[in-house]
Amino acid sequence: MSSHHEEGFIRKYIFSTDHKVIGIQYGLGAMFFLLMGFGLMLMMRWQIAFPGKSIPFIGKLLTQDGILSPELYNQFGAMHGTIMVFLGVVPMAVGAFGNYLLPLQVGAQDMAFPKLNMASFWVFFVGGLVMLYSFLLPGGAAQSGWTSYPPLSNIAPAGQTAWLIGMVFLITSSLLGSVNIIVTAVQLRVPGLSFFRLPFLVWAQLVTSFLLLLAFPPLEAAGVLQLMDRVFGTSFFMPSGLVVSGQALEVSGGGNPLLWQHLFWFLAHPEVYVLILPALGIVAEIVATNTRKPLYGYNTAVYAIIFLGFMSFIVWAHHMFMTGMGTGMSAFFQATTMIISIPSVIVLTVLLLTLWGASIRFTVPMLFALAFLPMFAIGGLTGLPLGLTASDIYLHDTYYVIGHFHYVVAPGTLMALMGGVYHWYPKITGRMFNKTLGKLHFWGTFIGMNGIFAPMFFIGMAGVSRRLYDATIYEMARSVQPLNVIMTYSSWLLAAAQVLFLINIFASLRKPKEAAADNPWEATTLEWAAPTPPLPHQNFPEPLEAYRGPYEYNTTSREFAPQHLQEA
Amino acid sequence: MSAVIPYISKPHPVTGVTNAKFGIWLFLASEVMLFGALFSTYIVLRVGAETWPHGSEYLSVPWAFANTVVLITSSLTMVMSWAALQMNNFAKYKKYMGATVLLSFGFLIIKYIEYSAKFHHGYFPANNTFLAIYFTMTGLHGLHVIGGIIVNGYLLFPGSKMWSTEPERFAGRVECAGLYWHFVDLVWIFLFPVLYLL
Amino acid sequence: MEAHSAEEMQRHVKTYFAVYIALLVLTVATVGVSYLHTTTAMHILAAMVVALVKGSLVAAIFMHLSNEKKIIVYSLVLTVTFFIAIMVIPVLVECEIFRYLDRMVS
Repeated sequence: MSSHHEEGFIRKYIFSTDHKVIGIQYGLGAMFFLLMGFGLMLMMRWQIAFPGKSIPFIGKLLTQDGILSPELYNQFGAMHGTIMVFLGVVPMAVGAFGNYLLPLQVGAQDMAFPKLNMASFWVFFVGGLVMLYSFLLPGGAAQSGWTSYPPLSNIAPAGQTAWLIGMVFLITSSLLGSVNIIVTAVQLRVPGLSFFRLPFLVWAQLVTSFLLLLAFPPLEAAGVLQLMDRVFGTSFFMPSGLVVSGQALEVSGGGNPLLWQHLFWFLAHPEVYVLILPALGIVAEIVATNTRKPLYGYNTAVYAIIFLGFMSFIVWAHHMFMTGMGTGMSAFFQATTMIISIPSVIVLTVLLLTLWGASIRFTVPMLFALAFLPMFAIGGLTGLPLGLTASDIYLHDTYYVIGHFHYVVAPGTLMALMGGVYHWYPKITGRMFNKTLGKLHFWGTFIGMNGIFAPMFFIGMAGVSRRLYDATIYEMARSVQPLNVIMTYSSWLLAAAQVLFLINIFASLRKPKEAAADNPWEATTLEWAAPTPPLPHQNFPEPLEAYRGPYEYNTTSREFAPQHLQEA
Repeated sequence: MSAVIPYISKPHPVTGVTNAKFGIWLFLASEVMLFGALFSTYIVLRVGAETWPHGSEYLSVPWAFANTVVLITSSLTMVMSWAALQMNNFAKYKKYMGATVLLSFGFLIIKYIEYSAKFHHGYFPANNTFLAIYFTMTGLHGLHVIGGIIVNGYLLFPGSKMWSTEPERFAGRVECAGLYWHFVDLVWIFLFPVLYLL
Repeated sequence: MEAHSAEEMQRHVKTYFAVYIALLVLTVATVGVSYLHTTTAMHILAAMVVALVKGSLVAAIFMHLSNEKKIIVYSLVLTVTFFIAIMVIPVLVECEIFRYLDRMVS
């Protein structure tokens, strides 16, 4: 069956079925989109802090006078959200980390369906291209927010159609990827690696994939319905008697704009946990390795994320308290929202208690993991006032909301992902990164992110709405405007820190390979048993067996027992 | 070089299923949610509408009835093609699989006749939400039928060479294609009364 | 896929044909019922009951769900749970908002 000749460049690096190559492809793609989404944000932040002033250096490329126009601002806002969530963090967390690490951590030679895996990357690639192409369309890219609420999105320029087509590709890619991950994690575990011996990251990917599998199709359906509305003139989301700019729209009507919101949030709330669960998994790996302790309450944490995944399907309407769905239903979703915060706190507590009594190794990935814990806690706790209907009436659609979910996703998930890149960099490349540059990157990122997102809570509580092009036309926004200037300077600090990151991971590739790179962190899980980098299409020279749980470290003797060694 | 993936043709000793069978069921689970969202949409539109036409005002019940029979029959021939492989009767497999593909084309032809009649009468998706959901749901279902024809056509002609080299794996493929095809049938079983009879 | 004895397969084949006949009969029945003069609610109830029976037959016999491995059954139970969740959307969109409006008007 298997052909033993050398693979050509294209089969080896472009259309490869090797999960490691696909993981790196996802990683590089996601990194490109993360930087692009960040770039869009930098330009928007300039406009917010200095309204009506032309953007330095690149402003002239965008508009005649170098000032970000309101149309461009709306496009950048919608595409920043879309790119960061669907083309940046999910492909990085699930596509890159899931693909590269999951087969290694379960001791498999590849994913269960290697060709499907390749297909899901290329479907993602096409989706990304469609999204990029939408900027070139007349009227520009989508500009109705990343949530694309109709009826506004139904009557938006052509970019919205491209957005919908792009989303259908991205959703299809995620569905194929999640089937692959679930089957791999369930079927391809090596002998002895029972479910409760799996590394926490594998559990996180497994629950994440179930969320993607079952929550994404409703959005795909909604996307098809909105495409029908835009292309064939149906009225799924268009109510009767809609008047735009003083003119009655020529549609049959009878549709319901709220329907879109329900279908959208049916995906988008589980999506929040898709963004955060792999990050929790990565942090758990880093914390256990660098505290030299078993994860405190591993089983509890596993049950917690399973419960979390289940609950995430029945909280979606807390994004819609203001749509008049009635007090009974609001009370139900308020209750489920309060309940779902419990498992998140359990996992966080597990990670905190693992730190207790450990002599911690402050490696670069560990710094990111340690920063993740309070950042994620701030993000989670500030969500509670939004889940309570009474306080949500005031905070809804203000900058407070932006601050809340950015704390979860940016200093939360993104810092965990950066930590993950550092943690597995030696395994992937066979080289060690520059530790001084890594620490500089960490402090720049940590200070920059907090400088950007912490003031958002105050601006939001001052009552400033989240989508304003120029908030200073309102009296109440003027008093908090100096905070916006601080945030914009912080975003430059954050950008400078990412330059260090890019220099570090690409320049370190030029170093000679280190012989000791097989297990530089003295970790126990199966990926560290592979040669560095793991063998193409095979990973391990010999089939493995697992003899114990994932985190068998001894705090006092500093000894550790890798999962694959029979004699500890 | 290619990786050695276990449980491609033999089932996993603990879970008792092959990778492909587990995978296709997960895929069908996501399809359940896709069509679930569309049925949910149907209810929202119908409950919110001031008037909702009876399906037969716009649509042809006899044609749809014929199509239901065609699709149910194709489901039978599909499961029979799998059973033929279980009984080591490759010639019979070919006959039943061929019948399945022909019946699927029959379904599409009837669908085409129905659609052209609608367009001829000036019934388009934009007319009202009933026609909108009718065209969307049957259109999406039709795409699934086309997907099934491609897969079954592959297993009927070029893909069937695998029977001589890896019979067990081939029977597994036919079983997975069958699961998908029965699901397409199952969706139609609900679409038929919902769109045509109510 | 387990090995099936020829005898066992013959029995299966008989079941498949029996299910096929049942599906045809139920299809005729559901069309017949739709011509009866009764309330819309009764029509919906009858059509849904027949469709559920037909769907269950296809799933249980043609798709072998009646005798399937635990892992697949559990995955589907999970799916059905969330399927029910998505069927709640109409309740959220319509019923509650109407009650709310009624209260506003009265």
